Amino acid sequence: MSKVSGRRFDILVVGGGPAGMAAAAYAAEHGQRVGIIDDNAALGGQIWRGQSEPAASKWAERLRSSGVTVLCGRVFQQPEPCTLLAEGENILHELRYEKLILATGARERLLPFPGWTLPNVMGAGGLQAMVKSGFPIRGKRVVVAGTGPLLLAVAAYLQKHGAEIPIICEQASWSRLARFSMALLGHPGKIVQALQLKRELASARFSANSWPVAASGEGRVEKVTISQTGKIETFPCDYLACGFHLVPNVELPLLLGCQIQNGYVQVDDFQRTTVTDVFCAGEPTGIGGVESSLVEGEIAGLTAAGRIAEASSFFGRRGKLRRFARSLDRTFRLRPELNSLPAPETIVCRCEDVRYSHLREHKSWRAAKLQTRCGMGPCQGRICGPAAQFLFKWNPDSVRPPIFPVRVESMAGLSAPANLELTTGGRE
Amino acid sequence: MLSQVTMTVNGAQIVVPSGTTVAVAMAIAGQACRTSLSGEPRGPLCGIGICFECRVAINGRPHNLGCRILCEQGMDVRTNE
Repeated sequence: MSKVSGRRFDILVVGGGPAGMAAAAYAAEHGQRVGIIDDNAALGGQIWRGQSEPAASKWAERLRSSGVTVLCGRVFQQPEPCTLLAEGENILHELRYEKLILATGARERLLPFPGWTLPNVMGAGGLQAMVKSGFPIRGKRVVVAGTGPLLLAVAAYLQKHGAEIPIICEQASWSRLARFSMALLGHPGKIVQALQLKRELASARFSANSWPVAASGEGRVEKVTISQTGKIETFPCDYLACGFHLVPNVELPLLLGCQIQNGYVQVDDFQRTTVTDVFCAGEPTGIGGVESSLVEGEIAGLTAAGRIAEASSFFGRRGKLRRFARSLDRTFRLRPELNSLPAPETIVCRCEDVRYSHLREHKSWRAAKLQTRCGMGPCQGRICGPAAQFLFKWNPDSVRPPIFPVRVESMAGLSAPANLELTTGGRE
Repeated sequence: MLSQVTMTVNGAQIVVPSGTTVAVAMAIAGQACRTSLSGEPRGPLCGIGICFECRVAINGRPHNLGCRILCEQGMDVRTNE
């Protein structure tokens, strides 16, 4: 049986990564009654994953000492203004708030190519998360591919845990990477990180202008074919860790009616969205990394607590980090060649097994959804949506509650025996 | 708390360190988490509870996110059909 728990906060923060933790701490330290909810067992977001990182434990301590209420659950619906419903394990949270700070983070962009649905083909961050959850990677051969700064961080992490990395394939060109390293000059901390990664990965082969064109194997991936500046080479491997930078989680902001611009939640200088008393901080406003998320969280938390002057003292620092975010976007923009990776029979929507040849007959995401069920399985288009947007230039659709599959009893908001059915949103 | 957990994966007994997620136990056992609509074996993809590829049947209940659930003593995990 699940029970319903009602709570009321001055400020509710959704998302317990760096942006959410900073926002909650600053708001609570200025006298607000603050709640923070995250769908992971521990705060820290995907970047810190729990509190083993010193930075994460520092923020967790500030949350404790300022009296922030920490909840675990997944927000799926807004039944009425200033109220959100979240599903936890055996509990339904009904959360009321005066002000809301959205810090919903980002996920990896995953692109379809022949063989990408084979077991052991994972997101780069996805495989790292598995290893952090106890998977022994020692002795396994892992091809790391895709785009973005995460690739090097993941490769270094896996290698440190005993994996063999035959090659790291970055789709960006050397000239873009060279311009990016110039952009790093304004950020000494990031140069130190980059040099450290380079030292750790000294023995690994790094190839720019490179991307996976196919994965193959019996029942799991056994080899990966890579295109390197037009040259084709095959690497035997146990895992392919492949992610194409990050895309923001904007489903909840969309549900609440926040304006989205170029894929990101539109905010003003004080991190206010276009919806009154709803703020947004971190990756949903632009993929900028942990420092950018922290400063945006600080500004959102202070503003929500009414400390406008203090909030504006962070503008200079945020401006600098936003410029860095824009250089990330430019450097790791997807090259058009990746458009032709899927074969006609390649599955694009993994939930509903919808193939590329069936999708390309349609003119819009909505038409494809209606005709093929693409994007209407349990992930609700979180994986195939960004891929279809890149492949077909389709604009995403509106979102409908519940924005995550929930137990039927949570939908009803009632206590009932645990029901096994998955309820997904957006059925037409 | 036990330092190890004994459980079954598709009927075969395995022992994993406590704190291991169900998705990781499936990977250690070399078993697919689920079978897709067209019959493909699938394993974990995103690792963070978004893609739903790692959903497994636990103690007879289908559709559990393997990457978010920790293994427990005596747990019976099966590929989600």
